[in-house]
This record gives sequence, structure tokens and C-alpha cells, in this order.
Amino acid sequence: MKLVRDTWLVFVRQMALVLRNPVWLIVGVMQPLYFLLLFGPLLKGVPNLPGGNAYQFFVPGLLVQLAMFGTMFVGFALIAELRAGIIERMRVTPVSRLALLLGRSGRDIVTLLAQAAIMTALSLPFGLRVRIGDLLLAFAMLGLIALMLSAISYALALKLRSEDALAPLINAVSMPVLLLSGILLPMQFGPAWLRTLAKWNPFSWAADGARALFNGHPGDPHVWKALVILGALTVVAAIWSARAFARSVR
Amino acid sequence: MIIETRGLRKSFRSRKATVDAVQGVDLVVEEGEIFGFLGPNGAGKTTTLRMLATLITPDGGDATVAGVDLRRSPGEVRRRIGYVAQGGGTWDEVTAREELAYQGRLYGLDRATAKARAADALTAFQLEAFADRKCKTYSGGQRRRVDIALGVIHRPKVVFLDEPTTGLDPQSRAHMWDEVRRLRENGMTVFITTHYLDEADALCDRISIIDNGVIVAEGTPTELKREVAGDVVTVGLNGSTRQAAKLLENEAYVRKLETVDAGVRLYVDSGATAIPQLLRTLDGSGVVLGSIELHRPSLDDVFLAKTGRSLRDAQTSQS
Repeated sequence: MKLVRDTWLVFVRQMALVLRNPVWLIVGVMQPLYFLLLFGPLLKGVPNLPGGNAYQFFVPGLLVQLAMFGTMFVGFALIAELRAGIIERMRVTPVSRLALLLGRSGRDIVTLLAQAAIMTALSLPFGLRVRIGDLLLAFAMLGLIALMLSAISYALALKLRSEDALAPLINAVSMPVLLLSGILLPMQFGPAWLRTLAKWNPFSWAADGARALFNGHPGDPHVWKALVILGALTVVAAIWSARAFARSVR
Repeated sequence: MIIETRGLRKSFRSRKATVDAVQGVDLVVEEGEIFGFLGPNGAGKTTTLRMLATLITPDGGDATVAGVDLRRSPGEVRRRIGYVAQGGGTWDEVTAREELAYQGRLYGLDRATAKARAADALTAFQLEAFADRKCKTYSGGQRRRVDIALGVIHRPKVVFLDEPTTGLDPQSRAHMWDEVRRLRENGMTVFITTHYLDEADALCDRISIIDNGVIVAEGTPTELKREVAGDVVTVGLNGSTRQAAKLLENEAYVRKLETVDAGVRLYVDSGATAIPQLLRTLDGSGVVLGSIELHRPSLDDVFLAKTGRSLRDAQTSQS
């Protein structure tokens, strides 16, 4: 009960800060929008895309990409809060440490889902069609990705405490993870070794699961497998990150 | 007593070396006093403070804070203390009124109570004039007052202030001292760290001096100074120096007497009681008094006596 209350407190404050400066919400949509407008048309000429319509293939992956890149960098805001003494001020109050994480991640999830809804709506004119139930399940999957990656980003921020250390680390990891996720082109096009590598990438599972949902196959094993993989990783990430919030820092 | 520590220790490991920041600190803070923790930068003040405020866990030793065992129940300690970091901790885009109410909520108050407390705090700390402006617009002094109001919104028994006046102009500093005294009047125990000698002297009921992670002296500022040097009374005389010296040198309150150019210098325990006595002694003896000057030793004399260097030198060599 206290955890729920504290999480809500942290969430409301974080949300208020976003809404005071909503320009970042829009900026976050710009990158996937460029992909939709300037990369999507290229896929129209690609034969044998799973799902038929290029956008039916591309948009679910794009949403996974949005979830990844929209939340991977949230640690930077936390470093600013660390520097301002806000985290320390919170840590001397009896507020739950897990709430310090969950309230912030909650903000990231809500922001992401708002952006994802905008992206989905903008994709409809391109011929994207998805059932509402499937869409909601896909959004739940995106929410899991947001929780996991924001938790990791916050934990890294608390440990590194410097933008200069955080930026190269995230960039070094994010690129191979994106390329091995089959978001831009299906992994089936690749050689066996690349496909094997992709099997170890949870976001590849997420992209496949999201595609299955957008194509109206919620019973596809990719869907539940993606949810289980992401769910397990999210729990581990959240525990790790909450411990970083609780741990004494110099 | 409201704070007691026994052998509190903390080391930090960096890639190059291990720094023993605090090496066995014993402290006793009594309820309702302003306790000053004085030392140069890097002496271990902030590390000790952060241990007592549950922000870092000690490597060794024990502490009781506000009646609670620090290591066993840090959560309960948090409920009973307030802590104000040196740099404060407010969001730029939020107003003082919002921050105060929010802080109350973080301490578990319901919405209405938190709002009422915030309003009370705005009045008590005279923040109303800028309460609805964003924190980023505040001056250094205004910001510090908001920080302190935030630290005591839940009416803790003890409040820890880390270098509350560092970086403030003299007027804001004086104002801050008044605020600290007011906290004590409201029944709070105030634990402050400072590297200002005059601040420790003027503001604190009792002080501990820490250097290189070890406590080197503890007591009231007056006791500490007396222990080291006592007061010095310089008596300016017009000629009859020898006669005055003879009259005074066997008086019980005079520890030591030196004759100087135009008078005598007396080392006494307390100038306040020695001066009337020496006036009585000289009165009617025919010795003509030119002037009387009282020099009280400063805490810097104490620091010098305990560590072999001046606090000001220690400051510049370490920062």
C-alpha cells in the first residue's frame, strides 16, 4: 500500500515536469516519424515481406524501436536530478526506494505509450490495420520494454553518475541490439549465424511478437514467448535498479 | 542525549587507493542544542553527517540517532530526522509552495495536512514573497531558506544541516543563523557542519573538531578556548608598570604575567571575572590605568593547538 502511494507520488511529480515541458514528448516521436516517412517507402519494393503490406510489417517493429530508443536514455534526466541533489533529498525521506524507480519508469511508460498511440494513428493512412485487442496487447509489450530499459538506464546512471560515461555505453550497446532485432528488415533474410545471434536478442522476440499481434495472430507462440522473455528480464532489471536506488552512493 | 556514536568508521575505495574518510568517531549530542561539527574540507564532516542521515552505511561502529539504532533501523531514523544537503535539492521548474507540500507528502502526510504545513512553513521562514515563483529564480539565500524549510517540514527531532551558510553573503548568513536559532527554540536539535570558525563560535552551543577523520577536540566553544589558552588581558599603564606587576603577579586569578612596553599582559582563565578583580586590586594603589584590552583566543587557536596547523592553512592545502 505504501509502495503504491509512494510510486504514485513520484509518478505524479515526474509527469507534471514532463507536461510543463511537453516539447520532449513531440521530439521523441520525430525519429520514428522520419523512419515511417523516409524508410517505410523503401520497404514497399522488398519482395517476400512477412505480413504482406510493408507497413503491416514495419510499424510494429518501429514501435519496438520507439520503445527502445525512447527509454534507453532516460538515465540522463536522472543524472541531472542527482546533480541537483533531488535524489539525495528523496533518499533521506522514508519514501520507498522501489517507488523512486517505479514512479519514474511509470512516467516513461506513459510517455512512450502516448507516443506509440500517435505513431499508430499516423500509420493508419498508410494502410496499417490492427484489431484493438491485439493493439492493447502489443502496447503492454511495449510497456514492459519501457519498464525494463528505463530501469536499466536509471541503474547505470546511478552507478556511473556522469553523462560522459553513460552516453558511450548506451550507444555501444544500442546499435547492435537494434540491428539484431529485425526491426528494419526481417532476420529471415540473413545468414544462419546472424539469425542465431538474433535469437539471443530479446528485442528480436519483441519485434516478432508485435508483428504477430499486428497481423491478427495473438495465438502465435512468438507472442507469449516475447511476453515471458521480456517479463522475466524486466523483473531482474527492476530489482537491480531498485537496489541501486537504495544503495548508498558517495 | 539525542545522538551518540561509538567508533563510527567509513572508508572509500577508489581505483587508486583507499581513503579512510572517518576513522572512529565518538560523538554525543544533547537534546535541544546546536551542535557544530567543525573541520577543514575533506576532514570527514560530510561523510559522518551522511552516515548519521542514513545516506551511506558505516563500515564499523554504532550510532543511536533520535533514540533509534542507526544500523538496525535506518527507516525509523529517516522518519525522525531532517537533513539538508549542502547543495539543497529542489527542481528548477517547481515553486517553493509546491515543493514544501510535496515534501510533506513524501513524509507520509495526507494532502490537506501537507498543504497546511507548507503554508505554515512559508510564513515561519518568511518565504511568502516568492513562494509561487519557480525555484530557479531564487537567490542563494532564498534557496537555502527553502532547503531548510523542506528539511523540517515533518517536524523532526533532529535536523542535520551540511554547511548551511557556505557561499552566502554576510547578510544572508546572519539571517541563516537566526533561522538555525529559531529551529532550536522550536525544540529541535540542530547538527551543523561548518568550516567557518566564527560560525561555530557564534552559533553553536557545543562543537566537535574533526581533522583527518578523527575527533581532536570537543566541548563548548568557551571551554575549548579556555582549555587551550585562557583569555589575555592587556593593561596599558602610564609609567608604573613595575608597581602594577608586583601587585598583580600573586593574585590567584592570574595564571601568568608578562610585562610589555607600556603595561602588563595577564593570562587568565576568564577575562570577564578577572577584569573587575584587577580593577579592585589596582584601585587606590596609585597606579594610573591607561587602557584595558581583552583578547579572547579564537577557535583557530584551538585548532592550532590540537593539530599543529591553522585551520585556514589546512583549508587552503586541502581544497
